[in-house]
Amino acid sequence: MAEDTKPTADPEPAAEDLSPADGGPTAAERFINGILPENPVYRQLLGMCPVLAVTGGMKSAVTMAAATGFVLICSNVIVSLIRGLLKPHLRILVFTLTIATFVTIADRTLAAFLYQMSKTLGPYVPLIIVNCLIISRCEICASKQSVGVAFFDALGMALGFLLALSSLATVRELLGSGTWFDMTVLPAGWPDWGVMILPPGAFLTLGLLLGLCEWVGQIREARAKRSS
Amino acid sequence: MSEEPKQGGYISQAWLVILLALLYGGALAGVQTTLGPIIEENKKNETYSVIPELIEGAVKENTEEIDVVGENGKRQRVYKALGEDKQLKGWLLAASGQGFADKIDVLVGLNADLSTITGIYVLDQKETPGLGNFIIDPPFRDQFAGKSCLEPVQVVKAGPVDGNQIVALSGATISSESVATIVNKGIANLRGPIDKLAAEGPSEEANTPPEDPAKK
Repeated sequence: MAEDTKPTADPEPAAEDLSPADGGPTAAERFINGILPENPVYRQLLGMCPVLAVTGGMKSAVTMAAATGFVLICSNVIVSLIRGLLKPHLRILVFTLTIATFVTIADRTLAAFLYQMSKTLGPYVPLIIVNCLIISRCEICASKQSVGVAFFDALGMALGFLLALSSLATVRELLGSGTWFDMTVLPAGWPDWGVMILPPGAFLTLGLLLGLCEWVGQIREARAKRSS
Repeated sequence: MSEEPKQGGYISQAWLVILLALLYGGALAGVQTTLGPIIEENKKNETYSVIPELIEGAVKENTEEIDVVGENGKRQRVYKALGEDKQLKGWLLAASGQGFADKIDVLVGLNADLSTITGIYVLDQKETPGLGNFIIDPPFRDQFAGKSCLEPVQVVKAGPVDGNQIVALSGATISSESVATIVNKGIANLRGPIDKLAAEGPSEEANTPPEDPAKK
């Protein structure tokens, strides 16, 4: 969860745009990349805190993904809009300021309209501020590309994050409580695996799903090599 | 490292940060002004929804809010829980204090003659998930029901308990003790004033219009 952003020493000015014409990724590429090829959780291993902490049930996982998506999209758009004004050595400060503002808005909104959910998520909503996924998108994409690209980049990453959180939550909620979105799915005789809802279940599920993703990736790679 | 002259550089370097901070601050103030009352309302609704659970026979529609001055000299709101027949069923008071991680807000239900705790409810806490946050669950909370409020509740690490003792959550002794301390202090602070209020009876009640939630 530590903010592993690169040291601010790199001399590259933040204002230098990386437009698709100069070989930068286009909006569509950014969007597709975020969902699976560069999935924030399964490929980049970012944002592990909510991934482990709030995936005990689908409802909390989806709410968390929505809140993170909101913050991600808003901060990417704002950072992209002001990218020409950023001073390279102050950019991380501006990113953090922007992210913190939108996180506070998300937190207050949840407390006002989804009070019980906001209590369930507890400190994990304010902790979106330190989700590396968001600051990395500001750094990698939004501070270098146009608003449109930044928006679709954020949307793609948000969907990828939703996909990752809900896949974990599906496994954990099904095995741990026999339900999905609090609806009973498995037969009444299912012995709830309590461990799946507890922290160890989060680590086990994440490890197995990561392994599965890696395995599928390797198979596809091997197949692509054989056919070429 | 910078070739720019240092003099007068601060504003030219940081104007964007300052401007953004002001803009964001304004935006957040707007959000808080809009949503703050709704959040307060949510908290109040939750308080009301647990009144029947904490005080047997109480009806939430018949609850009166009364501001009393505690032993510490601060005004505080207490809830006078009345039953279907408008008979006094008990009192509900809010107490808060430092927990292991952050502030813990607790509601304490007392019976009508202020001798026994009828139950507690944790309104807000940020204790460690998986350990300290079990203070919100009935197995821990229910231990408080039936304890005397004439002497402080004590926390022991393991049972059996006698008298006014409760068993701490294993792995969360500090959270458990915090809750007990908050409950004890809350009762010590408000029990006397409520008792006085109850003794004065109807006259005080008449001064407090029941429909007065907006005023603070």
